Amino acid sequence: MSRGSGGGLDANDGRVWLGTPAFPEAARTALADTQLRHNLRHATTTIRAKRLDATGEVPHWEELREAGAAIKRRTARHLDHYLEQLERSVTEAGGTVHWAGDAAEANRIVARLVTATGAREVVKVKSMATQEIGLNEALGAAGITAYETDLAELIVQLGEDRPSHILVPAIHRNRAEIRDVFAARMGDWGRAAPQDLDDDPKALAEAARLHLREKFLTAEVAISGANFAAADTGTVAVVESEGNGRMCLTLPRTLITVMGIEKVVPRFADLEVFLQLLPRSSTGERMNPYTSLWTGVTPGDGPQDFHLVLLDNGRTDVLKDTVGRQTLACIRCSACLNVCPVYERTGGHAYGSVYPGPIGAVLTPQLVGVDKAPSLPFASTLCGACYDACPVKIDIPEVLVHLRARVVEADRDRRALPTPEALAMAAASAVLDSPTLLGIAQRAAAAGGRLTTRGGRIRRLPGPLRRWSATRDTPPPARETFRTWWRENRERR
Amino acid sequence: MRIALFVTCVNDTLFPGTGRAVVTLLERLGHTVEFPQEQTCCAQMHFNTGYRPESLPLVERFARVFAGYDAIVTPSASCAAMIRHNHPVIAAQLGGAALRDAVAAVVPAVHELTEFLVDVLGVTDVGAAFPHRVTYHPTCHSLRGVQLEDRPLRLLRAVKGIELVELPGADSCCGFGGTFALKNADTSTTMLADKMSRVLGTGAEVLCAADNSCLMHIGGGLDRLNSGVRIMHLAEILATTEGAP
Ligand code: SF4
Repeated sequence: MSRGSGGGLDANDGRVWLGTPAFPEAARTALADTQLRHNLRHATTTIRAKRLDATGEVPHWEELREAGAAIKRRTARHLDHYLEQLERSVTEAGGTVHWAGDAAEANRIVARLVTATGAREVVKVKSMATQEIGLNEALGAAGITAYETDLAELIVQLGEDRPSHILVPAIHRNRAEIRDVFAARMGDWGRAAPQDLDDDPKALAEAARLHLREKFLTAEVAISGANFAAADTGTVAVVESEGNGRMCLTLPRTLITVMGIEKVVPRFADLEVFLQLLPRSSTGERMNPYTSLWTGVTPGDGPQDFHLVLLDNGRTDVLKDTVGRQTLACIRCSACLNVCPVYERTGGHAYGSVYPGPIGAVLTPQLVGVDKAPSLPFASTLCGACYDACPVKIDIPEVLVHLRARVVEADRDRRALPTPEALAMAAASAVLDSPTLLGIAQRAAAAGGRLTTRGGRIRRLPGPLRRWSATRDTPPPARETFRTWWRENRERR
Repeated sequence: MRIALFVTCVNDTLFPGTGRAVVTLLERLGHTVEFPQEQTCCAQMHFNTGYRPESLPLVERFARVFAGYDAIVTPSASCAAMIRHNHPVIAAQLGGAALRDAVAAVVPAVHELTEFLVDVLGVTDVGAAFPHRVTYHPTCHSLRGVQLEDRPLRLLRAVKGIELVELPGADSCCGFGGTFALKNADTSTTMLADKMSRVLGTGAEVLCAADNSCLMHIGGGLDRLNSGVRIMHLAEILATTEGAP
C-alpha cells in the first residue's frame, strides 16, 4: 500500500528514511502519479484559500507574527534557562521530567516507563516528535503496540504508509483509497470496519470512531507530543481538531509526553499569541476545536502519573548555527507546505523525512547533518511563498541558501577532485570577474548558438544543460551583445 | 542625477533588446544613462547554488564599478533582490570592513526598473503605445524579493492601446529557480506546464514580466509547443511608441 518513495517501514534511522532516493528521483514517481497530483492540488488549494481568509480578518496579523517570532527568538537565546524552569514547574506540579539526548535514549525511556505500568498497549495522540524518533517501531520491538488515534494518522498506520504532511498525514489519499484501507486492515488491529462501508466521509469517520473507542476505553497508557509548554507554570498544551487527543489526554492513568526542547515558551501568557497564530495558519480556522492544557497531575482527575520527556536529538547543534537556529521557531502549522509550489507537485514522500515541504527541507538536513540529506536544501525554487506564509517569520529561503553553502563546502572537504558543477561554477566566476573574458565567451557562445539553432531557437543544449533543453527551447546568444551595441551606438556618438 | 544601467549578464548575452529598451525609455524621459563597461554579474547563480567564495569577487566588482552613481537601474527584479538582500550578507561573511562599507554605500542606489520609474521619477505614463493583448506574470522575485506590488501593472495600464488580461494563479512560481531547473528538472517542468496552460488560457499574444530569466523558461516551453505566444520584457513594451512599433 505504500506510496511513491515511501518504501517499507523498516529501514529507518528515525528522521530520514534510509534507502529513500534523493529528492529529484523521489519526486519523479510522485509527478507521474495523476491521482496523487489531483489529491494534493485539491487539498492545498482549498486550505490556502481558507488560510488567507482566516489571517486576513485579523487586523494586526503582522504584529501578531512579529510577536510570535520575538517570543521564539527570546526562547532560543535562553533555552537552557527556560528548560530548567520548566523542569522545576512540572516537578512541583507532580510530574516527572526526563532528558533524552537522542532518539535511542528517548525510546528507551518511554519503553521503560510503559513496561513499568505492565501495559502492552498504548494510545497515541498525533505527534511529530515521536515520529521523528521512530517511537512506534521501538515500542513494537519492546513488545508494546502503539495505536494512533488521529484519523489521518490511523489511515497511515493501517495502510502501512508514510505520513506525507505535517498536519494531514494522509493528504495524499482520497476517500476511495481510505475506504479500501479501512475495509482491508481495521480487523487486524481491533474492531473491523462494517461490511458495507462506503466512501462517504461520515461513514468513514463513524467506522474510525467505533474502532478507536475500544482503544480509548481499555488503554492504561497514553503517549502524546506537545505543541507548547509554558516554563513558568509547567503547563503543557496540545491542540487538535478531532477530540481523539483529548480522550488520550484524560482517560488513561499514565500520560507520557515526548516534546522537542524547542517547544518551551517562557510564560503561560505567551500561549495567547500562538493559539491565535497556529489554527489560522494551519487549518484556516479561528480557533482549534480542541485545546487541551494540563499541569502536572490532579488527584482524582485525569492521568495520575505524568512524564515529560525533553528531546534534544540534534536540536542543540541547530541552536549553535546563528542562521539555521530560526528553524527551531517552527510551530508545525504546515502553512509553508500548503503554499509551496514544489510540495504541491511532489507531495511529502519525496522529501524522505517525517518533516516534508519547505520546513522539512531546512529542518531535516540540520537535524541529521547536511551530508545525510544533501538534496533537500535544493528542493526549492526559492520563490519565497513559505516565508510569506510562516506565522513565526522563519526566513526559509535564507536558511535553504545557507544550507546549500554547507552542502557545497562539505563536498569540497570530502572530495579530492572538484565536482563538474564546482568546476563550472569556478570557471563562470572567473569569466564573470573579467569583462574581457566575458566578451570572448559571449562571442564564442554566439558563434556556437548560430550553428545549432533551428527556426531561430536552440533545441538541444550540451552537457548538463541537456536537462534544460529537454522541455524548453532557448534563444541563441545574441549576435550583438548589449555591451557591443552600447559601444557602437552610444560611446561612439 | 547620474544614472547607471546594470544590464545583468543574462540580458547582456541573451536579451540585449531589453537593455536597449531601457536606454531608449530613459532617454525618452529626458535622462542620460551611463553603462559602466566593467560590469558583469550580480553573483546570484553562485550564491543561490551554494558557491559563496566564488560569488565574492563578483560582489566586490559590483560595488567597485557602481560606486558613486545616484541611481543604478536594472531590468531584473531577481538581480535587484540579490544585490539588496545578499550582497551585504556576502560582504559581512567573506569581505573586510572596506567591502562592507562599499556595499552599504552602493546598495541603496539600486532600483529595479519599475521602482525607478514610479518611485524615483514619479511617472506611470511613459508615453508608450502597444496595441496588443498582453498578460503579466509577476515573478517571485518581483513579488516577494523586491515587492514591486502593482507598479508594473500601473505602468502597463497607462500604455496606449494595450489590452491587459489577468493571468490566473499569477503569483505561483513558474518553476525556474535558476539551477533548480537543472537539479530538479522534472519538478521544474511540471510547474512550467501548469504556468503555460494558464498563460495559454488567457488568449494573450504576449507574456511579459520584469525578469527575463523566468521568461526564458516559460517562453522556452511555449516555443517548444509552437504556441505562438511571444515573451517580452516589460521594458520592451514600455519603450515601444506609436512611431516605432
Ligand atoms: S516553518 Fe513556519 S509555516 Fe512552516 S510549519 Fe513551521 S511555523 Fe508553519
